[in-house]
Amino acid sequence: MADHVAEAPVPTIESFTVTLIIRRFDPEVDEEPRWVDYDVEMYATDRILDALHKIKWEVDGSLTFRRSCAHGICGSDAMRINGRNRLACKTLIKDLDISQPIYVEAIKGLPLEKDLVVDMEPFFESYRQIQPFLQASSKPEKERIQSVAERERFDDTTKCILCAACTSSCPVFWTDGQYFGPAAIVNAHRFIFDSRDEAANVRLDILNDKEGVWRCRTTFNCTEACPRGIQVTQAIAEVKQAMIRGKV
Amino acid sequence: MPEKSAEALADEFARRRTPDIDPPGRPAGTLYRGHEGMWSWVLHRVTGVAIFFFLLVHVLDTALVRVSPEAYNAVIGTYQTPIMGLGEVALVAAIVFHALNGLRIILVDFWAGGTRHHKLMFWTVIVLWALLMLGFTPRHLMNVFSH
Ligand code: HEM
Ligand code: SF4
Ligand code: FES
Repeated sequence: MADHVAEAPVPTIESFTVTLIIRRFDPEVDEEPRWVDYDVEMYATDRILDALHKIKWEVDGSLTFRRSCAHGICGSDAMRINGRNRLACKTLIKDLDISQPIYVEAIKGLPLEKDLVVDMEPFFESYRQIQPFLQASSKPEKERIQSVAERERFDDTTKCILCAACTSSCPVFWTDGQYFGPAAIVNAHRFIFDSRDEAANVRLDILNDKEGVWRCRTTFNCTEACPRGIQVTQAIAEVKQAMIRGKV
Repeated sequence: MPEKSAEALADEFARRRTPDIDPPGRPAGTLYRGHEGMWSWVLHRVTGVAIFFFLLVHVLDTALVRVSPEAYNAVIGTYQTPIMGLGEVALVAAIVFHALNGLRIILVDFWAGGTRHHKLMFWTVIVLWALLMLGFTPRHLMNVFSH
């Protein structure tokens, strides 16, 4: 046939060999965590989570990490990537310098269980203590009305996915595990400044503790770590100010 | 599948375990790579603690005047040595940074724009600190070394 179209060559997508150095720990064998390196073939659009999958599925099935949604929503896979807390599922290979090895380790300040998995219980315990639920005595016929401006007041802190990237980036939390930590304060902020809620003063009291907001030294590590872009230090400052004024 | 002996299994596990590499010198994990906020806090604490220890010693040496004026004079006299003169530069550097950055922290906590501009304020602190030290250090060292 004359009008046979020559098949266009399929463009090959460039791939790279990326070295990951992962801080591994198996409580049944290791006395101390150890760094292990892996070379994986990756595309620029891949994420660190893809690299971890590749290692787990093709190289060493014992590599242990948490992930669920793989799309930055469930908050399971916060880890320290090149010395900063990030979600593995939101960290693209192309945004890292792959001429150097990439260091991956568990988040800091929470008990290490295995490889990249830590015990999140102390984190959630602080979260529960700030009473993260709406408290209102009225029982309206329909919905509880709120103006756009009132909703806007706490919009930023509604975005939290409880990944613990902020709390485990905080130097105060590393040395004082009793500190409530940024995530608990962010979630308290979400209700303290909600016009429908009536327990703001209860939460302000809880956070006025010596392990509460006054532990914050404004290092901004939390703000820089938050994968949701929440202005964490700003939220903490607003809670401090509400405490000093004695009202919201 | 043929049964494997326990030793064979243990052997296989040992082989499957990926080999260690030289750790990057930090079994406890890498250093957290924070930005201006974290390093200004580190400096603030280091200078704060340093100033505290200086003040502690300074209260003690001043209290010597109650022991005897001679003892007081002998100890205070050592402040005029060049080594102490350099130490004073370090002390002033620490106090000036701590004081300026302390004002920055107060603004971060209590000024509405504080958290947005904390990096700019940090670099402002550094520039002011450098200017003040440039003014102070030459005069002070001229004093120290001309005696
Ligand atoms: C010159 C005036 C001073 C100012 C404006 C100032 C300001 C401040 C501020 C605002 C903080 C709180 C830091 C934070 O919340 O992270 C602080 C902490 C501190 N200051 Fe000062 N300060 C001054 C003098 C001193 C002196 C004379 C000493 C030593 C006796 C000192 C030792 C400390 C220490 C040890 C801390 C704790 C640091 C930390 O918790 O990270 N400061 N200073
Ligand atoms: S505030 Fe951000 S970093 Fe902290 S737990 Fe929530 S989503 Fe994660
Ligand atoms: S896997 Fe759900 S947030 Fe990354």
